[in-house]
Formats: sequence, structure tokens, C-alpha cells
Amino acid sequence: METLNINRHISGQFNSELESVRNQVMQMGGLIEQQLTDALAAMADDNIDLARQVIIKDKEVNQFESNVDQECSQIIAKRQPAASDLRLILTIMKSITELERVGDGVAEIARMVMENHGKDVPSLIGLDNMGQIVLKMLHNSLDAFTRLDLKAAIMIHNEDKKVNRQYESIVRELMTFMMEDPRSIPFILKVLAAARSIERIGDRCQNLCEHIVYLVKGVDVRHATMEEINSFLAE
Amino acid sequence: MITLAKSSTEKDLLSHLSAEKTALEIKNLDLYYGDKQALFDVSMKIPKGKVTAFIGPSGCGKSTLLRCINRMNDLVDICRVDGNIALQGTNIYDKSVDVAALRRRVGMVFQRPNPFPKSIYENVVYGLRLQGIKDRRTLDEAAENSLRSAALWNEVKDRLHDNAFGLSGGQQQRLVIARAVAIDPEILLLDEPTSALDPISTLTIEELITELKEKFTVVIVTHNMQQAARVSDQTAFMYMGKLIEYSDTNTLFTTPTQKQTEDYITGRYG
Repeated sequence: METLNINRHISGQFNSELESVRNQVMQMGGLIEQQLTDALAAMADDNIDLARQVIIKDKEVNQFESNVDQECSQIIAKRQPAASDLRLILTIMKSITELERVGDGVAEIARMVMENHGKDVPSLIGLDNMGQIVLKMLHNSLDAFTRLDLKAAIMIHNEDKKVNRQYESIVRELMTFMMEDPRSIPFILKVLAAARSIERIGDRCQNLCEHIVYLVKGVDVRHATMEEINSFLAE
Repeated sequence: MITLAKSSTEKDLLSHLSAEKTALEIKNLDLYYGDKQALFDVSMKIPKGKVTAFIGPSGCGKSTLLRCINRMNDLVDICRVDGNIALQGTNIYDKSVDVAALRRRVGMVFQRPNPFPKSIYENVVYGLRLQGIKDRRTLDEAAENSLRSAALWNEVKDRLHDNAFGLSGGQQQRLVIARAVAIDPEILLLDEPTSALDPISTLTIEELITELKEKFTVVIVTHNMQQAARVSDQTAFMYMGKLIEYSDTNTLFTTPTQKQTEDYITGRYG
């Protein structure tokens, strides 16, 4: 069951329907990866035009979610998928929800860039650093989804610890700024919201990886500890 | 602390079923039609008061296995059976077993509705008359109860003495089920009971099957996988005369442990 063999159904139509939703998830993933890259670049360069473009493009991401959801419900109604096909459809439906929310987080970063335009954003290096880590996590989880790579999924799942540590240190830093100059609080709160959005993208990637484990192994690891997951996979 | 359900590699997740919950135990059953072996070492326990479905491609032996349970295969001259099937602890292939008595305990319904050319009423009480029951009240009661169990009473109560051939296909099939339950069997075998029926009659029969399991143990053979998924509590997948996988229906249709099962239920080439 390590490979899906979605092109091996007796019904060729079913093959192409599954292929189609799977491809759309890849495309949606690619689009979001690009969006995150742009949002981080806009933040680093205080590029308001790029930020605006990211916000506009978020609509495309939302459209992907609606389309894939609709196709999946049609497949369920018409084909009654079972076993690995069923898990594939369920995983896709959950994954696109995660991806759409990653998209919302990205738009949040872009909004911060637009609202704080011209201001000297504190902790910018820390934010960019954390942003690059989650970008890599996103890229790798999409990759793991394509290749159904269980090992990679677990590794990415572990990466989130780094993001959480970064986030904590950024929060501490921003708190010092606010204490030093209370007038900066409204502005810094927006930065804090962006930091939170980036941190949440890391969590979404972690969820994506949990969905991959479910797809490949048929086991729900969403609420398991890292030790439990490792010991389960070692068996 | 969360316990992760381990994906078992066991083919038969029901082998630990306790004796009092088991209606039927099949042990190391081999069956030959002449030189050709049709069943290979089939062992399984069928639980009481549940619906068990046999699925598999044509010629996999699922109907043959079903027919073994009330010794219908005895009618085939070249058929030979090794191994045993225990019904409440006694081997039904034992020489001392009276086949007619066995078939009273294990009723059967076939693919095409086969009512007798008699009235609806006479069809239902046929088995009871064979047993020598003549009391009108007993027969009337049995007829009503059986027709109610088969969800047919309301449709036929005003024309019990009309010819059974006047009923629709779906009604005829329910009549045949009423006839089978009238003699109060322990086990009801259904061999593709809906394959000759339209979708709505099929759903009526499926609904009926889930009601019947309160009184009887039901074993059903079906070509329609979705039907097995809808009506059964546990499913056995057979392929080329072998029992490949047997487990809880929910498990079998979401996380089967055998590759052949996976390929079959997802409609892939083997």
C-alpha cells in the first residue's frame, strides 16, 4: 500500500477523476508555496506592490479549495471509494483545508506589510528566518505528499519544534519593544499577528504530514505524541 | 495517552470469537468437484445474530461455501467435502446428521425468487405443513408473523389467497424470505438475494436483512460490494477458492490488510 496505483482501476474514468483531484492539490500547493515566497520577499524588502498582489492572488487559492472539494464529493457520491482510495479522498479534502488556511496566513503577512509600510519593522531578521523555515517545511510536505514519503513526513513533523522556539524568542523581543515604547504597541501588535501567522503555517504543515501518515498507513496520529508515533512506525 | 490502532497483518480478525457467540464454525474445509478443487482449507467463525457477507469475483467459491452450510452441495454427484462445519458444536457433515432436519435449521434464499405455484398463504406455511402442522390458528399466526418479519404483511394481507406469481419480483423475493423464516431457522443463507431486483426493491431487502439479524444469523453472498458494505457486520473476501481476508466490515472496507482484498474492493486489476 506504499504506492497508490491510482491508475490501475478497472474503470479508466475513475482513474482520471482521482488523477485530476490529486493534480489540483499539487497545483494548489505550488501556488501557495509561491505566495509564501512572495509574502516573505515583500516583508523583507517592504515591497507594497508585491504584498498587494499576494492578497489578490489569495482568491485563486480559495477557488482551488472549492473546486477540489466539489470534485471530491462527486467522486464519493458516484464511486463509493474504499480503502486506499477512500483514504486518498479524505486526505485530499483535509489537506486542501490546511492549504487554504496556509493561504490565509500568507495573506495576513502581506496585510502586515501593507499596513506597516515605511516603518522600521522590529525583529525582521527573526521573522524572515522563521518564514524561511516554514517555507521549506511547506515545500517538503507537498513533496512528501506527492511521493507518499512517510519518513520525510515524520522529519518535517519534527521540524515544527524549531519554528515554535523561534516564535517564542520573537514574542519576547517584541514585548521588550512594547515595554520600551508603549506608543509602538498598535504597530507591534500587527507584527506579532504576522509572526503568529508564520508560526501557524508550521502547524499546518505538521497537520499535512499527519494526513500523509493516515493516507499511507491508515493510522490516525493527529493526537499522538512524537514518541508514540516513532514507536508505532518502528514496528 | 492515545493508543494507536495497529494495522494487523492477520487475515482473520474473528478467530478469537468465543464459543457462545459463534453460530457456525468452519474448519479446514476443502471441497472438490471431481478432480477440481474449489475450496482450499477454509476456516472461519460466523458470529451469532450478525450479518456475514462473502464477497469475491465470479468463481471464487463464495456460493460453493454458502451451499456447504446447508449441504446443498450433496445434490451434486461429483462433489466431495473434507473438513468440518460445526453448527452449535455438531459437525453437519457427520453421518448421523439428518439433512432435512439440518435444512430446517439452516434456511436458504436464492438469486431468483422461486415461489411455488400456490397462493401467498400456502407458500409461507409450506414448510410448516411439511412438518405435519395442521392447526389452522398456528398456521395463520405463523403466516402473519413471517410476512411481518419479511416486511410484506401490509402489502399482501388483503390478498393472502391470491396466486404468488401475481406479486412483483421484489415482493416475491420477500415472500420467499417469509417462507424461509416461517420454519424458524437458526441461520438464514442468502445467495445473491437482490441480483434480480430493481434498486428500490434491493434497498427494501437490505433493510429487511438488518432487521432479520435480530432473530437469525444471516450469511449473504453478494456480487455487489457496496451491498456487502451496507448490510453486513463482517465481510469475508474470497479469491480462487481461498479465504483471503475476514474481518469487521468497517475495517475491511477502510483498511484491509491483504493486498488482494485492497485491489478487489477498490476495483483494481489483481
